[in-house]
Amino acid sequence: MELTLWTYEGPPHVGAMRIASSMKDIHYVLHAPQGDTYADLLFTMIERRGQRPPVTYTTFQARDLGGDTAELVKKNIKEAVERFKPKTLLVGESCTAELIQDQPGALAKGMGFDMPIVNLELPAYSKKENWGASETFYQLTRTLLKEKVSYSEKISPLRWKEFGRRPKVNILGPSLLGFRCRDDVIEIQRILSEQGIDTNVVAPLGASPEDIERLIDAEINICLYPEIAEASCEWLKRNFGMEYTNTIPIGIKNTIEFINEVHKKLDLPLTNKKELENKSKLPWYSKSVDSNYLTGKRVFIFGDGTHAIAAAKIAKEELGFEVVGLGTYSREMAKQVRVTAKNLNLEALITNNYLEVEDAMKKAAPELVLGTQMERHSAKRLGIPCSVISTPMHVQDVPARYSPQMGWEGANVIFDDWVHPLMMGLEEHLIDMFKHDFEFVDGHQSHLGHTATKTDDILNSDEKKEKNSKEGIIWTESGRAELTKVPFFVRGKVKTNTEKYAILRGIPEISDETLYDAKAYFS
Amino acid sequence: MSKVEFNKETGPREVFCGLTSIVWLHRRMPDAFFLVVGSRTCAHLIQSAAGVMIFAEPRFGTAILEEKDLAGLADAHEELDRVVNDLIARRPEIKTLFLVGSCPSEVIKLDLATVAEKLNKRFCGQVRFVNYSGSGIETTFTQGEDGALKALIPVMESSNEEKLLLVGTLANNVEDRFKKIFRNLGISNIESFPPRQSTELPKIGKNTKVLLTQPYLSDTVRDLKHRGCKIISAPFPLGIEGSTEWFLAAAKAFKISELKVHEIISPLIKRAKLALESHKEILKGKKLFLLPESQLEISLARFLHNECEMDLIEVGTPYLNKDLMKEEINLLPDNTKIVEGQHVEKQLDRVRKSNPDLVVCGMGLANPLEAEGISTKWSIEMVFSPIHGIDQAADLAGLFSKPLKRNQILTSKTLVTH
Repeated sequence: MELTLWTYEGPPHVGAMRIASSMKDIHYVLHAPQGDTYADLLFTMIERRGQRPPVTYTTFQARDLGGDTAELVKKNIKEAVERFKPKTLLVGESCTAELIQDQPGALAKGMGFDMPIVNLELPAYSKKENWGASETFYQLTRTLLKEKVSYSEKISPLRWKEFGRRPKVNILGPSLLGFRCRDDVIEIQRILSEQGIDTNVVAPLGASPEDIERLIDAEINICLYPEIAEASCEWLKRNFGMEYTNTIPIGIKNTIEFINEVHKKLDLPLTNKKELENKSKLPWYSKSVDSNYLTGKRVFIFGDGTHAIAAAKIAKEELGFEVVGLGTYSREMAKQVRVTAKNLNLEALITNNYLEVEDAMKKAAPELVLGTQMERHSAKRLGIPCSVISTPMHVQDVPARYSPQMGWEGANVIFDDWVHPLMMGLEEHLIDMFKHDFEFVDGHQSHLGHTATKTDDILNSDEKKEKNSKEGIIWTESGRAELTKVPFFVRGKVKTNTEKYAILRGIPEISDETLYDAKAYFS
Repeated sequence: MSKVEFNKETGPREVFCGLTSIVWLHRRMPDAFFLVVGSRTCAHLIQSAAGVMIFAEPRFGTAILEEKDLAGLADAHEELDRVVNDLIARRPEIKTLFLVGSCPSEVIKLDLATVAEKLNKRFCGQVRFVNYSGSGIETTFTQGEDGALKALIPVMESSNEEKLLLVGTLANNVEDRFKKIFRNLGISNIESFPPRQSTELPKIGKNTKVLLTQPYLSDTVRDLKHRGCKIISAPFPLGIEGSTEWFLAAAKAFKISELKVHEIISPLIKRAKLALESHKEILKGKKLFLLPESQLEISLARFLHNECEMDLIEVGTPYLNKDLMKEEINLLPDNTKIVEGQHVEKQLDRVRKSNPDLVVCGMGLANPLEAEGISTKWSIEMVFSPIHGIDQAADLAGLFSKPLKRNQILTSKTLVTH
């Protein structure tokens, strides 16, 4: 049993709903009680969808449990098929139905329909949303393509040359409730098209079952979101020999690397290599003198695996930040995140507990947080600027404007989205600096409102604890005064370090000189 | 009883389960914690229904069942013990801990009553443990509050003192208004259930006169009757008419003259009618379809027809307790079509066919209906807004006139949605 106050991911059947709702001509019969229908609002409210998710809930009740819930399942399947006439039917159960063991998938298969039926078994008590989405997409792909495995030759990534046409690729992984997927697809298609590469199928977003059957018309697969598509890409590789890409085109370096990887796999000459560097404004904006203050900014990163890893690379290599914390809630991506963290001399934080993330954030004393909507709230409480880089989705993460994360425009968006909160941070600093000027209007509020930590708060909040602490360190007047002169965003860190130093040296009272001694010691 | 047409329907539903009521119950009682014993779905449901991210550490959470908890119930009990210990250590200010059953905990027959009993012994005096089920196989949306209140009744002390007990969660400002009016009427001993602090439970007994503020408290009412309380039969205090009847019924139970009631509330009614005018202008003659969700549908239909002159196409309700709703149904116009239960697809077919001007529905259905050119009002807003009483009648009407006003401003009937 795990105490959960808030969860980054929903249950696995919500992942299945993401696949079903992303696609056309699919219907999902979900054996579930009435409350599970809440999941519809994730799509209709957060994504502002104008259609209901294609899901029929059997909505069994306690009184049905004594009777024949299997009959109820069959009745719902029959009605759903008649009403919605899907070309492929997904059948599965949510957590409660899993306990009753009606096996709705098997029931559906016995009903004599001539459409493909995908039996989804998504263990609700051990797995989560992204796993459910990945498994659903994989099972769907497998069901629709397995008959073609036996008589299909291995697909050579070079066969476009024989066919005398432009190379064709599939873009796999984008789905509803995925972070900026809608726009990433457009950006990646645009980039591929510029390079003379056609998109065969985008799936699951916008695809129909027929499109899934056409996947093998392409030469290779672009695995855009491994959380959702890697299992399917791997299956297509094993059974049809289709190669797939590993680079996620988020950030300039990775986008160029991605283009290289695609060309290499297709054996397509890359003729515009020089141009690629200038496709986005990020490199120049980052290098321009105005961005001097960005260099060395301490940044704390937490999100899904894909976006967290990409953010760490951009932060360090493209903006010159110092990454002081990295973590993910995606257990499936834990290994890769650990490797990335290790290369940054950090220990990755792998957790589903947002309070642990908040604690880690506090300890790391960053100047910028890149996280999910939850980290945005935590950062707000701590008075630290934050930009959102990852799911879980919030209505704000589905902006009206074109706003990808991937490719050239994605890099532009990232520069703005990450740097603007920092500019606000700088503004905060200026407010702090000028607050003693007579022109300064009392009560002038920064965007952080009352939450921005003030020196007095930092000192006072810990004062009680300090008196009781066995070290019994006291801040003298001069020490306090000096601390107020430290810019607010590093004040917490300076205080901790100075105290650490005082303990180390056995200094009972911290004066202004101690502050400078500690500064020299830690620099 | 007026000639109302009753129908029943079964099939796939589109409603929240009782766990959802934790969203307002935990705010009503800031010293209580609601611990759902359930699945990741339960945790995800509550955080999604609450509609917002959590701005601080919340006073509700889920003990998520894992594979190993399903294997042996003995272990599950031990595990729950551990989770509760951790929680109490973390939140020592909690005075009442509600153990809330869910669909999976009910199906595996996790005995939360026994767990609560054991914990009560162990934490004797420090924390009170009560249990109820908010599962979707037994409860719908607001019914969760019924379960929570019912669970508190056994721990309420007895008293034969005469008092008026308002039962059902109200917005604090509305509650204060009601109390003031009752005091003006001459009823001085007024208490609320649930109280604002979980430790300040009202004492009840044969001189307790219960006045319901919400129509979804069937089980609570039954158990209060068992404790000797008298239930005052009245419509619910929504709109001028409902509230007036409600005050009159309470006054009668306390032998206060009708004249006195009218004397006190007439100025309020006059003021409210004036405020209602502009909304009525918009709502008059418009066709209304209510899908079942909050259990407030019948009272809302009565208000919107009788006071705002809307035409009722269909009044859905998740379930119907004819006894509790008797006074409401009496006030409905003849031939009102009430549908108990739901077959969401068939009901939506009827919505489209009847071409309503406004549909009251859940959040899962609102945008899809808007995309079809049908104006909607989310029912969840009714349980979060102060809508009770005479002074709030215009605000209540405003919840329904606003979508129609919006529709007038944003004229295009069907939009391309993305």
